[in-house]
Amino acid sequence: MGYSGFKVIKEGLFGQKGWKPVWRDPEPKAEYDVVIIGGGGHGLSTAYYLAKEHGITNVAVLEKGYLGGGNVGRNTTIVRANYMLPGNSEFYSHSLKLWEGMEQDLNYNTMMSQRGVMMLCHSDGQRDYFARRGNAMINQGDDAELLDVAGVRREAPFLDFDNIRFPIYGGLMHRRGGTARHDAVAWGYARGADQRGVDLIQNCEVTGIDIAGGKVTGVQTTRGAIRAKKVAIVTAGRSGQVAAMAGMRLPIESHVLQAFVSEGLKPIMPGVISFGMGHFYISQSDKGGLVFGGDLDFYSSYAARGNLPMKEHVMEAAMTLMPMIGKAKVLRSWGGIMDMTPDGSPIIDKTDTEGLFIDCGWCYGGFKAVPGSGFSFAHLMATGNHHAPAARYRLDRFRTGRGLMDEEGTGSQHNLH
Amino acid sequence: MRITCPHCGERDRREFTYQGDALALNRPAPDAGEGAWDDYLHNRENPAGDTRDLWYHDPCGAWIAVDRNTVTHAITGSTLVTKLTS
Repeated sequence: MGYSGFKVIKEGLFGQKGWKPVWRDPEPKAEYDVVIIGGGGHGLSTAYYLAKEHGITNVAVLEKGYLGGGNVGRNTTIVRANYMLPGNSEFYSHSLKLWEGMEQDLNYNTMMSQRGVMMLCHSDGQRDYFARRGNAMINQGDDAELLDVAGVRREAPFLDFDNIRFPIYGGLMHRRGGTARHDAVAWGYARGADQRGVDLIQNCEVTGIDIAGGKVTGVQTTRGAIRAKKVAIVTAGRSGQVAAMAGMRLPIESHVLQAFVSEGLKPIMPGVISFGMGHFYISQSDKGGLVFGGDLDFYSSYAARGNLPMKEHVMEAAMTLMPMIGKAKVLRSWGGIMDMTPDGSPIIDKTDTEGLFIDCGWCYGGFKAVPGSGFSFAHLMATGNHHAPAARYRLDRFRTGRGLMDEEGTGSQHNLH
Repeated sequence: MRITCPHCGERDRREFTYQGDALALNRPAPDAGEGAWDDYLHNRENPAGDTRDLWYHDPCGAWIAVDRNTVTHAITGSTLVTKLTS
């Protein structure tokens, strides 16, 4: 079933009775060519691109809960390609291009809105860094625009420009960045994968990974054993537990990152604003809620809820940046569990077990990577070779020290990102 | 979250700085090999449940090994690091 404006009008006239479930609810088969553990954004996009780009359709996505019920359904929906370091730069550039063609590709309205992502600077040194980072983005083929104070004021006149601690010196605008509807991205990929024959199996928790003679042979699940030629671990937030089933320990600590939504307001913000010095960023959803967040709570946690000190810090940063926010009420907040790697960059790689692949370590940047990660991971599994834009996301870079991507420049060890 | 400092008693989490897994106390020998150092520096068990990690109590300067649950945030014990390493 394809979607169109005509179909929406027709269903509106006839009581919305013609809509049907858009994916099947199949029983797991005894064997698949590829089993993907994890039905989040990355797992679903991996399944989609395996089917679409490589013709591999005998695939199952195993999800312990419901599709898109993890971090892809609880993030701050920001899409951008404003990285500086080689490795990250080409990957997110590729991912943004996939975002730009996603709705046509999937025939699904993911509400991709390129409303711009603006980072703010508060010193001469930081402005110099933005000029350099902007040049790196332009060299990658993406867009960047260094704004002076007047330029920032045109975009967002409501900011506190003369704050005594963080006066605004300018900004780096990335106009192709923006936001998308997070749930719809998962649903769109799920529908596209299902249409191509992929089995999406929900309420199916993997409890073991079968390995014989150094080669993966299948998985044990709460719905029985499933044989597989290849197995993909795509379970960011729980990567350590799943990898342990294959005898692996990962260079990952799990941390909680909180986010907040205000009550619905009339449109007051043009795009995404990032106040890096306050570890704060904010945008306004199409429903009108201000969506904002801060930094990690900075201790390992799986609680999916944060503590009060970081809430206080985020609210202080919000008041520092845009005092008018004090009139808005916070509607809700939540905490997501992040796979934090030592250098703050992700992992898409093979493992020491033949046929077992892993995609993890997305830190707090997994949402914008959904299409790129799935595309590159599918390429790796189908061809055995790393996809060029993701070729540097190696698991062994920590052991060897070669190819670390410390985007923040704080050092490559745990608890620094 | 409130953490017990063996010197000062139960205090607000904001008085403490987090330093990661208590595995940091088991430093391998210099010639232990690449694998041992990789495990020490990077690879983590990263448990969803009981863990022991290191916190620094800023006001009194004590390094503390805290027994903690990563799912419930319950604190079940705390020990001065000097007692573990001496």
